[in-house]
Amino acid sequence: MTTKATDDIRPHLTHEHCLHLMKQMIRIRRFEEKCAELYTQEKIRGFLHLYIGEEAVATGVMEALGDEDAVVATYREHGHALVRGVPAQGIMAEMFGKVDGVSRGRGGSMHLFDAERRFYGGNAIVGGGLPLAVGLALADKMQGRDRVTVCFFGEGAVAEGEFHESLNLAALWKLPVLFVCENNGYAMGTALDRSESETDIHAKAASYKLPAEVVDGMNVVDVEAAARRAVHAIRAGEGPYFLECRTYRFRAHSMFDPQLYRTKDEVAAWEEKGPVIRFRDWMMAAGMAHDADLARIEEEVASEIAAAVTFAEASDWESVDTMLEDVGAMA
Amino acid sequence: MTKDVTYREAMGRAIRDAMKADDRVFIMGEDVARYGGTYAVTKGLADEFGEDRVRDTPLSESGFTGAGIGAAIGGMRPIVEIMTVNFSLLALDQILNTAATFRHMSGGQVGVPLVIRIATGAGRQLAAQHSHSLENWFAHIPGLRVLAPATVQDAYAMLAPALEDPDPVIIFEHVMLYGRTEPLDVSAPADLHFAAVRRTGTDISLITYGGSLPKTLEAAEALAGEGIDAEVLDLRVLRPLDNVAILETVSKTRRAVVVDEGWLTGSLAAEVSARIMEGAFWELDAPVGRVCSAEIPIPYPKHLEEAALPQVDRIVAAAKAAMGR
Repeated sequence: MTTKATDDIRPHLTHEHCLHLMKQMIRIRRFEEKCAELYTQEKIRGFLHLYIGEEAVATGVMEALGDEDAVVATYREHGHALVRGVPAQGIMAEMFGKVDGVSRGRGGSMHLFDAERRFYGGNAIVGGGLPLAVGLALADKMQGRDRVTVCFFGEGAVAEGEFHESLNLAALWKLPVLFVCENNGYAMGTALDRSESETDIHAKAASYKLPAEVVDGMNVVDVEAAARRAVHAIRAGEGPYFLECRTYRFRAHSMFDPQLYRTKDEVAAWEEKGPVIRFRDWMMAAGMAHDADLARIEEEVASEIAAAVTFAEASDWESVDTMLEDVGAMA
Repeated sequence: MTKDVTYREAMGRAIRDAMKADDRVFIMGEDVARYGGTYAVTKGLADEFGEDRVRDTPLSESGFTGAGIGAAIGGMRPIVEIMTVNFSLLALDQILNTAATFRHMSGGQVGVPLVIRIATGAGRQLAAQHSHSLENWFAHIPGLRVLAPATVQDAYAMLAPALEDPDPVIIFEHVMLYGRTEPLDVSAPADLHFAAVRRTGTDISLITYGGSLPKTLEAAEALAGEGIDAEVLDLRVLRPLDNVAILETVSKTRRAVVVDEGWLTGSLAAEVSARIMEGAFWELDAPVGRVCSAEIPIPYPKHLEEAALPQVDRIVAAAKAAMGR
């Protein structure tokens, strides 16, 4: 999201824009592949939740935002942070737990924060970010600011009370929130139809009287188009908007997950319609990209990630002496 | 300058003055606007400030507490009213995992300048689900400041500095204090750091907070009638505790009883007692006593409720035991 969002209600699929979308998705994919590798080397510890397979959602939605808008994400948020413009080196250092990480190394993979870019976590409590997004939007509305708060969450959050409380509050108070449900079909290992009586998430959302759409979350252009439509309506003062992006997580829930709840065939079938492959094939067929363009993207991304790893390696650990700082500002 | 008002009026006046002083201040909670507040603290405020700033919420404690957190991060200075402490449990995730955590977990980037007011305590025959005293649970959490104004003066004066605090502040208002009338001086500022000696004495320290302060002061008078000169320390701030004041009074009197409406096990009284043990063990002439609530869900009938809670006679008995009498 280094570009200032235009208020256009539709994406403009120029050569340049398509390559930009592709690059953002490749940045997420390669960054996370590197993270998985670094995890096996024990450079990254704790929980590591990979977004691989879901890149089109964060990439597409972020195109509709401007610098003043806010983002609230989940514990699977490396991709969101990257495409929001949080520097890769700060994210990687955070994953290492180093002091130059975006959250001083204290949060790790699940708690990326960047106040300057209005990126408010990184929340590891499922559904916990929804009320926060409602409040950020409430502050904007009360202060008469033209800002949108985007809240990402998985379909697992739909079973939490916060989902219902937050949608109701946002709709009741007509707050500028874009709710983006990343429906990847599994709440950790529990399939959607094993946890929800109504599996059409957007239908549940619609019962709170806010516009709710279902989007092909594997198609970055569809996601961008829907997000632009939604943000346009929100900025027009029409209140909150809901997008259910249907997507799929290619990797395990976290690095500890043996994936007993799904078959390899199911994963393989989704990988065939993955967001990167699909967009690449479309661009090639439409003459929007050539092998050389994609090779250049891969090169630039590889160099960005290598620099991020070098930065993280070189960064220091926070001193134990400062551990007590920032529990409270007055402490 | 001083005028006799009720605790309820003092708190309402504090909110009103804060809203007049700063446009960013607003209050939200269940029935704060049209109903006027369950304990009538916010009565009249909606007429004066409008329902945008005196905001009725649905029965969504987690939702509106979290919304308060978000609004605080977004530049407002929200006051969230949670009707009673039992309902605060529905918001505990937001308070613990978000409000108390964000500043540290974000490496100092994101503070949450939020005030949450919670009615607490027993004494109105509201039975087991509406009579808790859970201040200690909140006082356990790093990242929160926890206040227990026990006087009309503190009910008024602690709110303004709480709103200036860049981090979350929880204010516990004991339901039995709302109707008490005491002098108020609106020009006297309050601190959010120090315990206060409410009665000086030399023989024993009675350490308490919140709704137990009036009972403890009454017990001190009764003890005076028996020749025991008790000092009464009102903790006021339950997190961070004023260690210096606790150790000072105990070092002076050499005996202490802690009076706390929370259940005995794992109580705030246990924490205060441990601190005395750590910091003033060699000053003590007797073991530290505790007067807490009986370890039962608070029962409905008046005689059982009274028997379950700290009462003047039990405080007097505990003090006399510590005196060896």
